[in-house]
Amino acid sequence: MQRVAITHVAQSSGAESRESLMDFTYRVNREVLDKAGLQREDVGCIIAGSADIFHSGLSCANAFDWDGIGAFLKEGSRAEESAFSFIYGCMRILSGRYDTVLVTALVKGSENPDNDPITSFYGDPFYLRPTGINESVVAAMQMRQYMERYSVTEEQCAQVAVKNLGNALFNPCADRKRRVSIEDVMSSERIYDPLKALECAPKSDGVVAVLLASEKRAKKLTKKPVWLAGYGCSMDHFHPGDRDLLKGRLPEAAKRAYGMAGIAYPRKELDVAEVCEPYAFQELLWCEQLGFCGEGKGGKWIDSGASRMDGVLPVNPSGGVLATNPYPARGLYRIAEAALQIKGEAGEHQVGKTVRKALAHSTHGFGGQCQSVVILSA
Amino acid sequence: MAKEEHRIVKGQVTVPYELALGRTWSAFYDFLKDERIMGKKCGKCSRVLVPPRSFCPRCYVDMDEWVEVSQEGVLETWVYVNMPFFAQEIRIPFISAQIRLDGSDSGFIHQVAGIDLNDFDRVRETVKLGGRVRAVWNPEKRGNILDIAYFEPVD
Ligand SMILES: [Zn+2]
Repeated sequence: MQRVAITHVAQSSGAESRESLMDFTYRVNREVLDKAGLQREDVGCIIAGSADIFHSGLSCANAFDWDGIGAFLKEGSRAEESAFSFIYGCMRILSGRYDTVLVTALVKGSENPDNDPITSFYGDPFYLRPTGINESVVAAMQMRQYMERYSVTEEQCAQVAVKNLGNALFNPCADRKRRVSIEDVMSSERIYDPLKALECAPKSDGVVAVLLASEKRAKKLTKKPVWLAGYGCSMDHFHPGDRDLLKGRLPEAAKRAYGMAGIAYPRKELDVAEVCEPYAFQELLWCEQLGFCGEGKGGKWIDSGASRMDGVLPVNPSGGVLATNPYPARGLYRIAEAALQIKGEAGEHQVGKTVRKALAHSTHGFGGQCQSVVILSA
Repeated sequence: MAKEEHRIVKGQVTVPYELALGRTWSAFYDFLKDERIMGKKCGKCSRVLVPPRSFCPRCYVDMDEWVEVSQEGVLETWVYVNMPFFAQEIRIPFISAQIRLDGSDSGFIHQVAGIDLNDFDRVRETVKLGGRVRAVWNPEKRGNILDIAYFEPVD
């Protein structure tokens, strides 16, 4: 079968940008093309990851996005979940029709309303929205069940924020970086008890561009191609009440990705993972469901230090979504960060060991309704 | 050097929508006006879903049988919301909760109230996972989900 490689990656600085969204998009895409030594004309196809009205104030936002990504006269498409944008791009290469595809995700979170009002509109207007639901509310419901069912403590959940915000100190592209203690997290405002303010992701500006190439082309473009080894995705019901919030679809998505990548023992075979954790405790729940530790063992897993930068399986060396949350772009950020770790180009947050296999995860919808897992390899 | 002015364009837009409830949810809200909570039962998996659906999202077949469920149930999870957010009309603090009504097989999202919500420590003592709650009806019926005013803890 045709293989797909990530050849180059570029991302914006984590600081709030004063550039217009179009200029902001252009700079990062120009950078990734320069790294690859390509001109816009050399790219076969363009896939965007961006969001409409709520996250950009634009309807049919892709119409606005195309110029900044360099899509003039090209074929392309867009998804609002940028992990989907990535896989659509990979499929374009797999079709044999294109040798190169540019996948770009973009948002200026600083310019639009807070995440909570935006995500309250995920709820339908007939039933969920009038009852006061948003993404944080459902996450807090999920967290309370998680702690209760498995005796995971609030302090163990808080440790995720301590780890990830600390990791972000070494990532120049991170938005929120702070050395915080468990006490700082525990004493931050109880905005959605049991969720505390420091356990909830911020809202960030971010553009990330990933250049994909066919095997033949990739070997000409870079000495260090990063290969797509596995992908899996699975969706749960819309209504949170129709599901068990602690038994979502991530195990199924992971099974599909591991099956394709030939991974039998994820904890041993993976060298690093970038996990989408807009709420601190979710990293623990997702790590369980990805098979890094047993069911209900997320608390012991974080206590063990295994997921630290110097642990056996570092999770979110970039600082994760708790540090940088460019909402629709965060899935592609995870993929880009996993690729940088394999390339050995993550800079100060490069993990200490050789990275041959990396996992990137993305999720959207209430309480992890939709889950996707990408496995990359050297 | 003085900070350069960050020039922006401000915008706020109001646009009207008219979204159809459909037959099943219209009927559900008509039942609420009569202070009855009705679900629909799937002929294939036998689950009773509240609010009702016209089809079972799992079996993907029509759901035809209406079933009345209890106005009491078990608290599956809850959150103490102490964060105001734009367009949210419920005054904080409030409790969002998922309740498994007796006779149903899905979680029903609503609020828990009827207790002093300002005293958070008391709330944590009164509101428990697995605890029982009961629907309290809004005397004024509007044919929407807030015809159930809230659920109160039953001791
Ligand atoms: Zn069914």
